[in-house]
Amino acid sequence: MNTASALSNTRLARCFATLREVDRAALVTYVMAGDPDADTSRRLLERLPAAGADIIELGMPFSDPMADGVAIQRAGQRALANGHTLIRTLEMVRDFRQVDDDTPIVLMGYLNPIQRFGESRFLQAAADAGVDGLILVDLPPEHGAALTAKARDLGLARIPLVAPTTPAERLPGLLAQGDGFVYRIAYNGITGGRHMAMEDRLETAVGELKRHTTLPIAVGFGIRDGQTAAAVARTADAVVVGSALVETLATQGTEAALALTRELAEAITIVR
Amino acid sequence: MTTYTDAFPDADGFFGGDIKGYGGRYVAETLMPLIGEIEAAYDTARADPEFQSRLAELGRDYVGRATPLYFAERLSEHFGGARIYLKREDLNHTGAHKINNALGQALLAQRMGRRRLIAETGAGMHGVAVATVAARLGMTCVIYMGATDIERQQPNVQRMRLLGAEIVPVHAGTATLKDAMNEALRDWVANVDDTFYIIGTVAGPAPYPRMVRDFQAVIGRETREQLLATQGRLPDTLIACVGGGSNAMGLFHAFLDDETVAMVGVEAAGEGLESGRHAASLNGGAPGILHGNRTYLLQDDDGQIRDAHSISAGLDYPGIGPEHAWLHDSGRASYVAVTDDEALEAVGLCCRLEGILPALESAHALYHAGRLAATQGPDQIVVVCLSGRGDKDMETITRHLGENPQ
Repeated sequence: MNTASALSNTRLARCFATLREVDRAALVTYVMAGDPDADTSRRLLERLPAAGADIIELGMPFSDPMADGVAIQRAGQRALANGHTLIRTLEMVRDFRQVDDDTPIVLMGYLNPIQRFGESRFLQAAADAGVDGLILVDLPPEHGAALTAKARDLGLARIPLVAPTTPAERLPGLLAQGDGFVYRIAYNGITGGRHMAMEDRLETAVGELKRHTTLPIAVGFGIRDGQTAAAVARTADAVVVGSALVETLATQGTEAALALTRELAEAITIVR
Repeated sequence: MTTYTDAFPDADGFFGGDIKGYGGRYVAETLMPLIGEIEAAYDTARADPEFQSRLAELGRDYVGRATPLYFAERLSEHFGGARIYLKREDLNHTGAHKINNALGQALLAQRMGRRRLIAETGAGMHGVAVATVAARLGMTCVIYMGATDIERQQPNVQRMRLLGAEIVPVHAGTATLKDAMNEALRDWVANVDDTFYIIGTVAGPAPYPRMVRDFQAVIGRETREQLLATQGRLPDTLIACVGGGSNAMGLFHAFLDDETVAMVGVEAAGEGLESGRHAASLNGGAPGILHGNRTYLLQDDDGQIRDAHSISAGLDYPGIGPEHAWLHDSGRASYVAVTDDEALEAVGLCCRLEGILPALESAHALYHAGRLAATQGPDQIVVVCLSGRGDKDMETITRHLGENPQ
């Protein structure tokens, strides 16, 4: 069992510890950095915690996001079309830290922009900017050991993704490189792919994961409203909402995205 | 002694070691177990004489193998140098080398109990090949194709529909081959239980680069036997076009350990390497990670993938198979580039002198063959992989050369 995380006194660890005291799941909100433009994105980021986001997952735009559905693909394209880059994403985090030193920020994205930037240089810059963790969609543990070791040295959590297809024998390898929390993908598919049907299986899956790790378990993919979020929050330690939020921002703007965040936060608060 | 042919890739799918090597399995966790399953099933099938004999039998009776190794007498005369031979993959059923791989993977899918085949396609030749074998084996088939490519490859789109395939237009990104591949991967992630993804080139996560190479390696094995039988010796130079690079790997593989045999991959220079509008990942790109493997990619300073450009939809891809990346770095093969205009020139020449209409893709290799043969003597033998026929390109060719090309 993966117990003693090297990263014990971090924003992520403190966040989950606080929520455990009040017996509430964390709300993890995903937004794409630079979507639709730098200013809007920056202002939204700053207001998410007050609206109820416990952890912010910040997407790093990539031209070819093979695990993402249309909503997040388009968000990345909007950001890139407006000249967003990896450096700007890190600058956004650094600016955010001027006004908020508590809310954990986790970067999510694909490996190529990071490798182009330089792996070590990126990890150092991310740590300096105040990033707390990384979710790298296309870096399986088989190829991730070196990056994980460097990230750990800098206090950056490598958050492992676990899929419904993941067999039990892969878990030790995945979790050995895991810090912060575990991200359990709710169904086989891409982000925003379908409205998640709540099933008993999710409870079983989370329970099964808990036998392998003491890290908090987040569940994401397909959670679009308060009702689904509440259902997931009964079992999971954190609920991740991405595409629904990104879509709301695109079609109805910042205020609507913040209203959805508040709705989700309230739904999660009252379930336990 | 370590040989090229049996040493690569390693267990993690890397050609040349996992520090500076190319390949690997850079995919989402959902796909990792599936890829492992395919690898295990493939290794078993590969060693199974029954699987191999079924593949060989369909290759012979359905695809039409062996394809001829044809001495292009008039082309050779025209350039006044080396003797040019054409490996006639254009004479395969469906008109290109693509069916060698489509058939192999479809038989593997059948063996694994998968009923639904998906594939990406650029020029449509891989899509047609997959739709064809799906019909032959009684399987469902969905083809992802960029909206831009659908427009410029209409005959193949109609062909795939006639064969019973569903064509899904991809509007994302640049609406070409790379976006079709993204979309096929998304489909696969969502349909892991019944679906087999037939990747059309020697790229993607391991084991695809190795598996596709193995299914295409019949090209080089036949070439070797045929030349030994008629000329009693090995060729001096092998030339093939490279987009992802499957026909080139197929031709090269059987000769990797023959030090006297030179190998040249021909990339699409589009409007010229200096124009920035090309598809030459080795000559104009840098290493990176896309579509499950580490390889050379066209990308900008921020690591965003750049649009490829080529007159031939089949070469219009911003990456290249990882084994080519390794052969490039190790110096075992060399890689040159040929422009749109030069490829068109080769199409005209091959039609008039040999009565053969080559695909625009293959015409890139033909152009370089002429360029090289002209500098050599008649004692030299150059083998060009004529990977496909050009019927699908008639509209593009006519648009560029006019109604009455001279």
